[in-house]
Amino acid sequence: MAAFTEWLKRALLEVQEYSKLAMATARCAVSRPFYWHDFVEQLDAIGIGSMTVVILTGLFTGAVLALQSGFTLDQFGARPFVGRLVSASMIKELGPVLTALMLAGRVSSGIAAELGSMMVTEQVSALRALGTDPVRKLVVPRVLAGILMTPVLTVVANTVGLLGGWVVSVQNLNVASGLYWSSVVDGLFLEDVWMGLLKPFFLGFIIVTVGCHVGLRTRGGTQGVGRATTNAVVAASVGVIAMDFFSTQLLLELLF
Amino acid sequence: MAPVPEELRGPAKGRPGDEPVVVFDDVRLAFDDNVVLDGISFKLYPGFTKIFIGASGSGKSTVLKLILGLLAPDSGTITVHGQRIDGMTENELFAVRDHTGMVFQEGALFDSMTVGENVGFKLYEETDMPLADVRTRVEEVLGFVELGPYIDRKPSELSGGQRRRVAIARAMAFKPKLLLYDEPTTGLDPITALTVDAEIIKLRDLEGVTSVLVTHQLRDAFYIATHGAARAPEGHAIVSASPEKVEEADFVMLRDGKIVFEGSADELRTATDPYLRAFLS
Repeated sequence: MAAFTEWLKRALLEVQEYSKLAMATARCAVSRPFYWHDFVEQLDAIGIGSMTVVILTGLFTGAVLALQSGFTLDQFGARPFVGRLVSASMIKELGPVLTALMLAGRVSSGIAAELGSMMVTEQVSALRALGTDPVRKLVVPRVLAGILMTPVLTVVANTVGLLGGWVVSVQNLNVASGLYWSSVVDGLFLEDVWMGLLKPFFLGFIIVTVGCHVGLRTRGGTQGVGRATTNAVVAASVGVIAMDFFSTQLLLELLF
Repeated sequence: MAPVPEELRGPAKGRPGDEPVVVFDDVRLAFDDNVVLDGISFKLYPGFTKIFIGASGSGKSTVLKLILGLLAPDSGTITVHGQRIDGMTENELFAVRDHTGMVFQEGALFDSMTVGENVGFKLYEETDMPLADVRTRVEEVLGFVELGPYIDRKPSELSGGQRRRVAIARAMAFKPKLLLYDEPTTGLDPITALTVDAEIIKLRDLEGVTSVLVTHQLRDAFYIATHGAARAPEGHAIVSASPEKVEEADFVMLRDGKIVFEGSADELRTATDPYLRAFLS
């Protein structure tokens, strides 16, 4: 029982500290000074840096979706509708979630390792000693870049996913190219597109804030940095799935 | 060993009319059940040096973090540059830190930046100083620590002693009135340590910077307390300090979060307390 109480206290402390960081980030994002140079650097690191992994993930997800669903749809003589299934799955759910999970692995861990190293080598204390607010300098540029770049990367993943589905549909399933693309459009409602575009904003926020929170709470030298990196990936991945559920529920209420 | 009673401590030194730069009054700090500082009181006057010595974990570095406002005390008051900082918010503390520099234990240089960017960090990021002026100031302070040619190198390309000297240059770039040194010579060989000691002495005597030094390297502590810097035709010279100058450096020994000795280098050398003798041997 004592161990459970201790665990609960630690968990609540983490939630409290995470909330404080999220609120401080929001406050700092709307007031001066703003470190533009760091923001642009993070747009590049998070956006351009993650492009390859997102393209590959999107491409193979779209391809495998077409492959799996094509043979299932065959049983009902519905193979021409494969495009509809690929587009609905990719744009509403798989595109945003898989992109976010890839970013959790790449971006969240990277941020936790970088900020964690800065913590254990006292670079964050040095920032404060030099009169710079670490939240403004380190967290705000990363969070804003993450919030902006996650939707962009999701659109890229969706696009290449549809292309992957098209290649498999045409090459393996012998579906006519025109039929595939008209099916893709038929399968989508405007609300689905909005949902696919809005969800990544929430997911991007979770990915980066979790990485920053874990990084800035790193203690215990290089071992601590290793632990922080692992914790960031686990927490961000679970956070992505949970936030996906809640944001879907919210957007269903608002859009449909 | 009982703490040194107020009446038995060395006189609160300072030149007539000077207000203290740092005042600790009955400061206590604990992390959970671990008492780090227990009733610490001292004063530091402009241009003087306070040297904190003691075993690892005795609370020396914590004193520096409290002066800078990186930690807040559980009780007691801390006054820095005439302002009480123990109740200040982080934003209010930034103004106080404009006059205080700190040299961290391993330098804490920013890995991703060059030496020049590290040294000019505060001036580049937190002031409106024109970039050309910042560059001039960076070159000036790097010249002061004799690392001018290293301005475009990365910290990873420097030796341990050079990194400490860059850290000193970064801390002095914005001309603080008070400099805090956290174990500035730990891990350095004796010859390299002397070059770092010389920078500390130069800053104190040529730039008039008040210093707080935390160390367990007694050799360096005594060297800084008993030497002075003087301007010379070829730049500067490190010479033996006059007896009056030696009196401007105070040693403070911490043990288990309490002050157990406070006095000059000579008083420390002649102390008879067994713990002090063991520490000095």
